[in-house]
Amino acid sequence: MARTTVLHQWHGSAGARMTGFAGWDMPVSYGRGAIEEHRLVRRSAGLFDTSHMAQYTVSGDRALEYLERLVTARLAGLAEWSSTYALLCRDDGGVLDDLFLYRLPDSWLVVANAANRERDASWFREHLPSSGVEFADVSDETSMFAFQGPKTLSVMDRLTDAAASRIGRFAAAELPLAGASVLVGRTGYTGEDGVELFLPNETALAVWELLLAEAERAGVEAGPIGLAARDSLRFEPGFPLYGHELSTEISPVEARLTWACDLEKEFIGRDALARQRERGVERRLATVRMKERSVPREGFAVQSDGKPVGHVASGMYCPTVDASCANVFVPAALAKVGTDVDIEIRGRPRAAVVVKRPLYTPAYRR
Amino acid sequence: MTFDEKVRYQDTHEWARKDGDLVVVGISDYAQDSLGDVVYVELPDVGATKKKGDPFGVVESVKAASDVYMPISGEIVEINSALEDEPSTVNDAPFASGWLIRVRPSDSSELDALMSASEYEEYTKGLDD
Repeated sequence: MARTTVLHQWHGSAGARMTGFAGWDMPVSYGRGAIEEHRLVRRSAGLFDTSHMAQYTVSGDRALEYLERLVTARLAGLAEWSSTYALLCRDDGGVLDDLFLYRLPDSWLVVANAANRERDASWFREHLPSSGVEFADVSDETSMFAFQGPKTLSVMDRLTDAAASRIGRFAAAELPLAGASVLVGRTGYTGEDGVELFLPNETALAVWELLLAEAERAGVEAGPIGLAARDSLRFEPGFPLYGHELSTEISPVEARLTWACDLEKEFIGRDALARQRERGVERRLATVRMKERSVPREGFAVQSDGKPVGHVASGMYCPTVDASCANVFVPAALAKVGTDVDIEIRGRPRAAVVVKRPLYTPAYRR
Repeated sequence: MTFDEKVRYQDTHEWARKDGDLVVVGISDYAQDSLGDVVYVELPDVGATKKKGDPFGVVESVKAASDVYMPISGEIVEINSALEDEPSTVNDAPFASGWLIRVRPSDSSELDALMSASEYEEYTKGLDD
């Protein structure tokens, strides 16, 4: 039996097409279709139910040193009410998950992928010191939304006495919404400005409806967004998706995520990553653009001069780029911009070229 | 959902419509709706001869690639090349400008074996859970 979020019934009444995802029954798209949803987020505002994602809280006197040893990003300099992206690595540098960590005054909120919820929780528990750290999986009682797009902050401001836009990029604040206190992070995974909201299940539906209603009152075009557009929206700005660009068999060096790893600090997997970085890796992530519209999909073979050289990690039609593109793992020598490769689609090699990453510059870098 | 009454349907969701000596072929509204946003349509070479039931192309949506099958045997005399730049026409007008191929049928009576709009509508109801 698939798990459902608090909004399951709402999605159904809104005409969502549902799909199984990491054991959850989630909306893949609504009536307007995935491509139009993608465009809506790029030009205005879209609301995502991301309540399937896992949330843990970590607290106690030794929480900082405990987390510092487990994740790849440096946490020590992180101010309260701010956040960072980080990876959770094994000793060999293989990636168990990618995470967002929010530093709150008395605790840390760790956001993880739904598919990895149990494995991450076990890993965190196994590494707990005998005292000084409390770890809790709060996923069941927590709902999570992303409200993304260039016009979302103006809607949030109307509801929060302009407090929302005072939250800096990657910062967070506790704000009252629909009578509840909601943790609002100026974060997201679409390449647009926007917020992510963490709230108790009991208030989730009221806040969801409030956001859409307030957008309408403000004359801001907005709507719900499903998983299909979530995927293309994260793909264009070059954000990895666990199970595709990241896995226990892929290292952050191969996936070009060393920027998320502070090799100057001690953490599990650090030595393996430092060695890889020093010696170089055989294969690397590259983004290719198809010369025709045929869609390269996960698992398809990459060829060079007729020989297999790699595989597609993620591939799709990218609405903003208006081309079919793919992330591929290929030998480092072929990962250079301008290199011609072929993707085998239905038995035939189709021309593609390695292009500059990212395909779309995320708002925080503009 | 539209079930155009001027065309006949195959169980794999293609439609066929007599057009003078030729037969126009496309996919049904039901099919385009199930596929979702179409992003690429791969069509055969003009001049190719195919039998009823043979795959003649691929319709790729955001979600997946789906083969499309000949609802009638014959020679492909024209393909809808406008779909190259505007594949979403298959979603917007599946029975009109979103047509896929034009066929010179080798046996027009094959059309009679296809389903009427009402038969096809019944058939699709059985497919929904």
